[in-house]
Order: sequence, then structure tokens, then C-alpha cells
Amino acid sequence: MAVLRGDIELAGLTKSYDGVHTVVQGINLKIPDGAYCCFLGPSGCGKTTILRMIAGHEDPTDGEIVIGGENVVGLPPVARGTAMMFQSYALFPHLSVRDNIAFALRIRGLSKEDRYRQTDAMIEKVRLTELADRLPAQLSGGQQQRVALARAAITQPRVLLLDEPLSALDEQLRVRMRVELQSMQRDLGITFIHVTHSQLEAIALADMVVVMDRGEIKQAGPARDVYATPRDRYVAEFLGGQNVFSGKVDAVKDDLVSFAAPQMQHIAVPVGASRVGKGDTMDVAVRRDDVELVRPGVELTADKSWLSSRVLAVEYQGNFVKVMLDATGSDEFVAYIPERVFFRDPYTIGDVVQATWPSHLARLLAKTTALTA
Amino acid sequence: MALSRSTVSWLYVSPLMLVLIPFFVLPILVVLVASVFETDGFGGLIPTFTLANYGTVLTSGLTFNLYVETVKFTVLTWFFTLIIGFFVAYFLVFHVRNPLLAIGLFLICTVPFWTSNIIRMISWIPLLGKEGLINSALLRIGLIREPLEFLLYSSFAVVVAYVHQLTIFMIVPIFNSMARIDKRVVEAAIDAGASRFDIMRLIIVPLSKSGVALGSIFVASIVMGDFFVTKVMSGGGSASVVGAFYEDISVLQYPGAAASAIILTVVLLAMVSLILRTVDIRKEITR
Repeated sequence: MAVLRGDIELAGLTKSYDGVHTVVQGINLKIPDGAYCCFLGPSGCGKTTILRMIAGHEDPTDGEIVIGGENVVGLPPVARGTAMMFQSYALFPHLSVRDNIAFALRIRGLSKEDRYRQTDAMIEKVRLTELADRLPAQLSGGQQQRVALARAAITQPRVLLLDEPLSALDEQLRVRMRVELQSMQRDLGITFIHVTHSQLEAIALADMVVVMDRGEIKQAGPARDVYATPRDRYVAEFLGGQNVFSGKVDAVKDDLVSFAAPQMQHIAVPVGASRVGKGDTMDVAVRRDDVELVRPGVELTADKSWLSSRVLAVEYQGNFVKVMLDATGSDEFVAYIPERVFFRDPYTIGDVVQATWPSHLARLLAKTTALTA
Repeated sequence: MALSRSTVSWLYVSPLMLVLIPFFVLPILVVLVASVFETDGFGGLIPTFTLANYGTVLTSGLTFNLYVETVKFTVLTWFFTLIIGFFVAYFLVFHVRNPLLAIGLFLICTVPFWTSNIIRMISWIPLLGKEGLINSALLRIGLIREPLEFLLYSSFAVVVAYVHQLTIFMIVPIFNSMARIDKRVVEAAIDAGASRFDIMRLIIVPLSKSGVALGSIFVASIVMGDFFVTKVMSGGGSASVVGAFYEDISVLQYPGAAASAIILTVVLLAMVSLILRTVDIRKEITR
């Protein structure tokens, strides 16, 4: 397959500031041209460092960064064809909106007339025409964000790098700007790499989600894959929406795993691709919206797993009700019950219930290695 | 106990007023009043109202020459302290990565201030003098045959001493305004392809303007209001505005000296307001 100009490949990318601790540990990743890619992880997981290395504001200790088939390590940002949108925007405080956006063109030596013509087209695109002569301090957060986006996009980069672009905004605005980012990306048709610690943001925007922990990639793939089929406990817990619990394997029969603990005797989990032996401790993930609640004594069909438990708390969420259970000891166990279903027979705190789900929907997770435990 | 809003506001400004009124407003008023009195020639003042003192000062060709001389020193000192101060601050803020080291180096800049003004000035004499270090070194290596006369007791020496004394007044405010420049703003400029020179010209200089203005006010008002350095380092060869009315005082001509002082104050106020007109310090500081 031909290499496109916005294709990015990271090979063995490593970064260490002091030679002792590595913040990025030999990352390998391919991002296709025109993708919206989100790096997702908690603060300090190395995601911003990777972004800054791609941008050229930080040099990798080892490894390659290939953009459009060319290794760009050592090149200045402009030569890479990347543009960065900084966290909290880093707009030039002494320049008007127009001059902020025109800055890169001014550096390139375009005449005032030429650069303002290009800039004004961009200003119109991000709907800032009436505000073009204002200073950044006179703009709202959302407007500043649009200026930052326009400033980064004016040079027609092949890759746009966004460092926590929405974190400075309030909740409502964040949802609105999310839509704008997405439509901007479709408009420009270039690769976006977006760093965030919010899983909501990542799965809403990205074609490709890269989940990171301590300088390593835990899982990379389409948003739906990462959310619905997390590889291990870390990814499942970080993305949320899953109940994760562990148990000691008692037997494997007919491709179904059963567990030794007495409260888990009615649980069966498909083996899937994992290799499991008797006595192994395995993590199991069950989606919170796959869980149903029934009163004790109700007959369940054989293809269902169930746990007996007590209701700890009930939170009304509007379109569903979040019911917290004490089913699995120390692990949090939550059921998302559709609102109408819940209120047909509401549970209150202290009620004994059976949490049940179709056995084939549960998943065994890859064992977390001792290193990250 | 509930205090009314205005009482609270007065309490807030009272410490400042307690300093400003006795130590600034009253002395200025005394000088202002003295400047319109007449002298009896023996140090006594005759209460009256006359503008004759101002007339004498303003119509004298000497006054004009003194101002030219003093402004010359002010401009030269301002220029050199600005260049040195700007680059020292720039180095400390943008090139010293370790903040502890930056603070250490910053403190080193203040070391000359651990000795008195006079000692610092006088210590130039053995260095710049006819038989001083520089001249004897140059003679020894054969670069010159005669000692260089312009080094000491000259305008050159005056400017050297002023620059030595006052550069710190440039470094501190410029350092302060540069330290408030967000490093990411500089990175954003690099991202846009700006060279070092572009960053200096388009980002750092405009964003350090308030520091430059403050430093300029310090330096200009100190040089304009000083006579001692000029007197000592020029060896009496150059005079200054303040030096002249210091002479008046020593011959008990108080009203004339007071009138000169008021005129100088007005000139300084005009200079400062000119600086403030080009840079809105208040806006920059609250940025």
C-alpha cells in the first residue's frame, strides 16, 4: 500500500529525561492518513510526551517517528508538516485574533495583504469574523479554542496535534466543541492526534483510540473495540462501563470456565482465545448494561450466569438507573438498568437481588502482568 | 463591629498615606513654597510671592547646557543598561533551565549592591586611572605608548559608573515581565516556524515592554536626579542639573535651588508620563 502524506508510524519510540526513568517505553504504532486518533490515559502516562515528540518539541531518546514515509526525528516542527494546538491554547496575548492566526504566514514572509486574505478565509471558517480585531484576553474559552485551532490549521499541516484541547472548557461547551473538532477534521481531511484523559471524549471522537499506561500502549484500535472488548483489567476499568472481577478457575468444560468461590458457582464464562487451566486466577469483564436484576426465586434459563447480592446504592441517571451491588466482594459491581424497566419494579437499598447476564456475553481478560499489578 | 465601606477603604490606603504624606507630599510642598520666596542673602527666607527665581533659572543659558549634559548621560546610561539588562534577563529566563540556578545567578547580579554606592564608584579609580590596571596592562603589552586619558575623569567614566550602578534596575523589572511569558507561547511560535530572531522580535520584546518601561523610569529618574557620580567620575569636568542647585544651597540661595528642583521635577514627570504613554504599564501588569 502506498504511503500517504499523513501516515504516521512510531517505531520503538522511547523517551527518558534522566536516563533512569523512561516515560515512554518503546512505543510501536501506526496511524493511518486522515485518522482521528486519541491517546487516552491518566496524567503522567506519557501521552503528552509522545505528542510533543511527534511535534518536534521534544527529542526521543530512541526510536523513529515516520510521517508520510520520512523519518522526521531531528527536524524542526515546520519541516515535519505538523502543527500543534497547545493545552490552554498559548495564544499570543499581545496580538489580535487575526494576527494570531496569521503568525505562521508572517514568519513565512508573506505580505500583509496576502496573509490577511488567507487568514480572513480561515477566520470565516471558524466563525470569528466579528472578533478578528480583539485580543485573546477578550474572548471566551470556546472562542479562544477556535482561534488556536485556526492558528494551527492555517499552514495546512498534514498532521494536527491537539494537547488536551477541551480540558479548559466547561462541560456544555466541551460537548459542543467536540462536534466542532470532528467536523473540522472532516473538512481538512488531515490526520488529527488528540491527547486526552477523558474516555468520553476519546470514544466520542476517535476512529482510533490508544489507551496508555506508564509509557506503554495497553490497547489500540477502533473506539468500539476498545470499549466493548477491552484486553485487560486496566483498559476495562479506564474506559468504564464494565464490571471486572477475578476468581480462581475450578474447571473448564465445553469451552466454559467455572469458578471455585462459593458465591461464583453460578457463573460461567466462555474461554474464548485465552488459555486457562484449573487454579488460575482470571479477570472477568461483564458489561454493566448487560446485567439484569431479578428478585430471588425467579427461575433462570441455563444459558445465564448469576450472582446473588444486595443493593448498596441507587443512582437515577435519567435514561437509565445505576444500581450498585455488593456482589463480588472488593470489586465494584454495577448494573445499568433501563429507566422504564427499573421503575416497573424498583429496588431499594438493602434489597436482595440476583444479578444475571447471558453467559456468552461475559469475557475473560488477559492476565495483567506482575509488573503493572 | 461593622465598619462602613468607606472606612475600610481608608484603612486600606492609610499605611501608604502614612509614608507618602510626611516623606513626599510635605517636602515637595516646602520646596514649592520656598521657590516663590525671596532670599535675604544670608540663608533666611522672606515670605512673599515672586516668580523671579523661576525667571532666573529659565532664562539662564547655563540651565540649558546643564540639561543637555544631564540628558546626554541619561540617554547613554539608559541605552547601555537596557541592552545589558535585557540580555541578562533573557538569558536567565529562557536559557537557564534549572530554576534554582536562575535564582542563584539572579542573586549574583545583586552582589555589587552589598557594598555602598560610593565604594563601588571609587573602586573604578584604581582600575581606570592614569596608572590604573587597564592603562598599565595596555602599556605593558605595548598596545599604547601613552596612558589613555579618557578612561577616568571623563564622560566615559561617568557612564561606566552609572551603568555599573543601575543595570540591576533594568534587570529586575525585565526579568519579572519575561518570567511571566508562558513558555508555551514561545513553543507555539517555534511551531509556526519562527526563528530565534523572530521570537525575540515578535514575542519576547513586545511582551517585555512593561519591564523595559519600568526599568527606564528607574534609570532615567535616578540619573537625572544624581550629581555625585557625575561630579566624582568626571573629576569636576562635567556638571549636572542637581549639581548646580547643590552649589546654590551651599551658598545659601535656597529659593533659587528650590525653583530648580521644581523645574527638574516637572521635567522628570514629563519624561515618565511620556514613557507611560507608550506602554500602558497598568494594563500590562494586570495581564
